Amino acid sequence: MTTDQTAGLPPSENPVIGGPAPLDTVAAPLDTGTAAGGRSNLSVLSRAVRTGQARLGLALLAAVGLLVVLGPFFAPYAPDAIIGQPLEGPGGKFLLGTDILGRDVLSRLLHGGLNLSWMAILAAGLGVFLGCLVGLTAAYKGGAVDALLMRAMDVLLSFPEIIFVLLFVSMLGRSTLLTAVLVGVAFVPGVSRVMRGAALPVIGSEYVLWAKANGLPPKQILVREVLPGVTSPLMVETGMRLVWAVSAIASLSYLGFGIAPPAADWGLMVGENQDGLSIAPLPVLAPIVLILMMALGGNLVAESVARTVGRTEGKR
Amino acid sequence: MSQLTTRMRIRHRGSPPGPKNATIPWLVRRLLVGVLVLFLVSVLLFLVTQALPGDVARIILGKDATAEQVAGLRQQLGLDQPLLGQYWHWLSGVLSGQMGTSLENGEPVGDIVGPRMFNSFTLGFMSLVLILPLAVIVGVFSAYKRDSALDKAFVAVSSLFTALPAFVVGMLLIAFFATSVLGVLPGVSNIPPGDLPWWHPAELVLPVTTLTLMGVMYLGRLVRASFIDAMNSEYVQTAILKGLGSRRILFRHALPNAVAASLPAASLVAAVTITGVVVVEYVYSYPGLGTAVVSAVNSHDLPVMQACILILATAYYLFNLLADVFAALGRSR
Repeated sequence: MTTDQTAGLPPSENPVIGGPAPLDTVAAPLDTGTAAGGRSNLSVLSRAVRTGQARLGLALLAAVGLLVVLGPFFAPYAPDAIIGQPLEGPGGKFLLGTDILGRDVLSRLLHGGLNLSWMAILAAGLGVFLGCLVGLTAAYKGGAVDALLMRAMDVLLSFPEIIFVLLFVSMLGRSTLLTAVLVGVAFVPGVSRVMRGAALPVIGSEYVLWAKANGLPPKQILVREVLPGVTSPLMVETGMRLVWAVSAIASLSYLGFGIAPPAADWGLMVGENQDGLSIAPLPVLAPIVLILMMALGGNLVAESVARTVGRTEGKR
Repeated sequence: MSQLTTRMRIRHRGSPPGPKNATIPWLVRRLLVGVLVLFLVSVLLFLVTQALPGDVARIILGKDATAEQVAGLRQQLGLDQPLLGQYWHWLSGVLSGQMGTSLENGEPVGDIVGPRMFNSFTLGFMSLVLILPLAVIVGVFSAYKRDSALDKAFVAVSSLFTALPAFVVGMLLIAFFATSVLGVLPGVSNIPPGDLPWWHPAELVLPVTTLTLMGVMYLGRLVRASFIDAMNSEYVQTAILKGLGSRRILFRHALPNAVAASLPAASLVAAVTITGVVVVEYVYSYPGLGTAVVSAVNSHDLPVMQACILILATAYYLFNLLADVFAALGRSR
């Protein structure tokens, strides 16, 4: 059962949240027998989604997603307009009170998820795409190319993610796009190691040897023969990376290295209002609840996919 | 948490050692490669901070600086010398403890970074001392009461913690313990310069608790899984069939195996605690390497930033190396 992946390398959109829309299982007439990729994506995903855990996760993600996408239309005030006394309590004009500068917390909350969401999706997509590229290339070429690529990944892996991003942000200035790209690059070594490990047995299998012997170009072999055999680890990796991207980008915003201050962002809101926590807890706790829902929802879905794929490796 | 989990899912790092007599040469080779990687880390760090396209002095001083200021800073940082000479000067300085002076206040970098390194080390060490035994106790107990409500609760909570950013955990702890809800602990851990961290035990409680919670939730889950594996192993099953007492089986047979299997994970937790330290220190304004690196990045204080990042990356790499070595020794047994 060959899964026809004409789209090429992994789609950067989220297969966990987005559902199995782009995955048409077309039975190829001449099935070369991808033994390792026997289970189709569709059935793995739908089995994962049927667990109660994944449903809870999807519900959480859907709630946060709706808030992120539709929120800006319902915000009563502009997110960066100073319209009241600082740290007013909830009730009356401001449903959740005001923040440390006197801006409406609810409006900022409704505006503040969009950046985090697209940055996390971009970072995870980029990390998985590049990691896949490096890992599969290393596994396919072997020898000196393999050794060189993997040692280079070792060097990158020696920088803790946040430190890696700080290093570049300090020299290149801060921008949302740069931060998202850097988080993605920081993911590459980890993804490439996993994908290399998953691809090695597939590349050693008979049908890949057959393709090689028939002189198919390497690019075609990697995309058409090897990639369908590693879709399971790829799905797990994408799900996990999305969760971690949310966590890393929220942390960077909190430290002040994500979105520039007047704009609204959940991580940034926590950092801005930390000093007012003892007087008005809501400006800090409300964005935390949303980050928590996002991280928990993503993690529940990702874990149930991982469990379904059977790659939980000791975690039960 | 992310890099930690990734590493746990990577089975073979380098060539897996074969029989026992091949372990020592493998170990030596691994350590040599480690030295090489650390050297490359320093090259990368140097290239990014000093040799980026564009004028580093201009980046540091901003757009309003005069030409003389820029020229002066270029000379102070040695940017006018050839690249290789710059790198050699920097590396030899780092290795001999002469890391230049801070651009912010002119103090020697060693004087700024030294005490902060000690503070960070104290924080990390105290957390680890708590994480290791607690994770074993929680993990084994949870595995022992497998599928009970307690066990399920632990698995759910630990799953939540692996997804949460450290600052969220820290901030929730502050909200509970340092504000009007309970108000028993200080939410800011500002230790005055010159004081040793443990002169202020109350200030240490919340940062250490944050790191410990994150570590125990992760490591405890792994201990639980490897304990369940150990209890299902033929070795323990045989002991049960032989009719040995359950306490003896638990402590003499299953536990050592489970602990040995979680050792690589323990050093990974140590490595990740280093990352956690950066964010957690910032949450509590604790004067350590993490707060130093954040403020150095904000003020473009290049020498301090280089020193802090090099120390953090080296420590991180060493613990990862340790994890690899433990994992390899575990496989060769």
